[in-house]
Amino acid sequence: MAYFETKNIVKYFGGLAAVNGVSFQVEQGQIYGLIGPNGSGKTTIFNLINSYFPLTKGDVYFEGEKISGLKTHTVCQRGIGRTFQVVKPLKRMTVLDNVIASAFLHARTKAEAVQLAEKTIEFCDLAPLETKVAKSLPIASRKRLEIARALATKPKLLLLDETAAGLNPSEVELAIDLIKKIRDSGTTIIIVEHIMRVIMTISDRILCINHGMVIAEGTPAEVASNPQVISAYLGEDYRA
Amino acid sequence: MKLSAGPLILLGVLLAFPLVIQDAYYQHLMILVLMWVAVGSGWNLISGYTGQVLFGAAAFFGIGAYAAAILPHQFDASAWWGLPLGVIVSVGLAFPFGWICFRLRGPYFALGTLALAEILRHVATIWESLTNGMVGILVMQTWISKVPYYYMALALAILSTVGVKAVMGSRWGYYFVSIREDQDAAESLGINTLYYKMISLGLSAVLIGLAGALYTNYMGFIDPKVVFSLHDVSIMAILVGIVGGVSTVYGPAVGAFIMVAVMEAFRSAGFGLLPYLTKSTGWPFMVTVTKYVSEAHVLSFGILVIVVILYLPNGVVGDWSALKRMLGFGKREAV
Repeated sequence: MAYFETKNIVKYFGGLAAVNGVSFQVEQGQIYGLIGPNGSGKTTIFNLINSYFPLTKGDVYFEGEKISGLKTHTVCQRGIGRTFQVVKPLKRMTVLDNVIASAFLHARTKAEAVQLAEKTIEFCDLAPLETKVAKSLPIASRKRLEIARALATKPKLLLLDETAAGLNPSEVELAIDLIKKIRDSGTTIIIVEHIMRVIMTISDRILCINHGMVIAEGTPAEVASNPQVISAYLGEDYRA
Repeated sequence: MKLSAGPLILLGVLLAFPLVIQDAYYQHLMILVLMWVAVGSGWNLISGYTGQVLFGAAAFFGIGAYAAAILPHQFDASAWWGLPLGVIVSVGLAFPFGWICFRLRGPYFALGTLALAEILRHVATIWESLTNGMVGILVMQTWISKVPYYYMALALAILSTVGVKAVMGSRWGYYFVSIREDQDAAESLGINTLYYKMISLGLSAVLIGLAGALYTNYMGFIDPKVVFSLHDVSIMAILVGIVGGVSTVYGPAVGAFIMVAVMEAFRSAGFGLLPYLTKSTGWPFMVTVTKYVSEAHVLSFGILVIVVILYLPNGVVGDWSALKRMLGFGKREAV
């Protein structure tokens, strides 16, 4: 059995199938890319994995155990962290407090939580901003804070939702470095990303979806040359 | 060490107060202030720090007060047992209520708490065999002097302030604020938001219920209109929090002092100034003014809230530096 697996997950919003029978498997230590045009259901898949929305049908397995149907906070306690595409910093708290709040998940005492938070902030290169209030941060730092907060819950699997969106080219490079560093530290990653330079360089495998259905799966090179992927992204005229 | 000097001096003043000021009227006012510190701190915990606005503090206050009153009334027990019983009953109310109503967010939760207080007021009115209904319950006071009550209220106020401070520095505090700032993010960080909201409401209920039980013991008489009052308890609790400073440890203490002073200023028509003027001038016009002013304290609450929201949105404690500037203390900075 795969490390992480979704089996035929389906989500209906009223009559609309936002996710329709998506199955994929992620191996431990991989960076798994999730791509697709706008509105194709990528973020919805994340929301289904961490039970932010209930599944209409299908199951999600993690480390051999079924996690679909659990509460959102329990999914996190099982070791799946996530970031939000529209960042949700705890605005009126400092960067350090933001991370401490999530570090408490595995820390027994406050001292332990502070220590873990500081280590995580260091890891994410946020140390100079530690005492800043979260709402005063620019977008690049907010995205980093989002990652730091998720990392402080010591996830075994991290769901990254458009971490590089809205960043300038040099910030994108830094984001790529950070993601690689997280992978190297032993965390499996599923990443949703629009910026092809990011997703193609770091992913081990890529899943492409459109209208909530899988249209391609494979290595970055395979997916990039898939005619269906090209037509989904560029339109029928560009079909090779 | 400089930081802790302020509270210590304040504590000293408060400890010495009833020994220096022996006038029962001012002692009474200070007891009210200290009780409101507890209610305000309780309100601040769930509404200020956890962000779940409690519009029905009267529910916990009243049920604590009735727990203390029903004991001597029905069971011949001392009303002082009402303190622990009040805590048990109000927490026993807070948990199931929270479990059901924390599915509601924002104003809908606030309305739910408002409904809870109103329902309890009606129950207390109608269930005459238990509560004596509108007639109310008379409890024999233990002491004639106000001093013992003063020190109990002071202990409660200190417990509230120190307790809130301790809680907010701990895991619970971080979780409460996370829930206030973004409930969805908090849930995704592994925080069981329903559970921690219930904890927060439970802690609030402890403080507010204790204040209610102490109120019964001190005042010696309660009826549903007084202890389940919408404007005199629920809204007063909100005002204590807002005027003092939402999400500040010492805000409710400052707010309680200001609010009791304002309430009393209107109730007594300017601490007896207007009645004095009426008497000395003998104008019939002043009689009318005095009558209206003494009935206008609810109106004054409204005006006060508008002023605070416009000029001190974070309350007196939260906007202390802005307030100093407004009053002209901070002129040196401008030079």
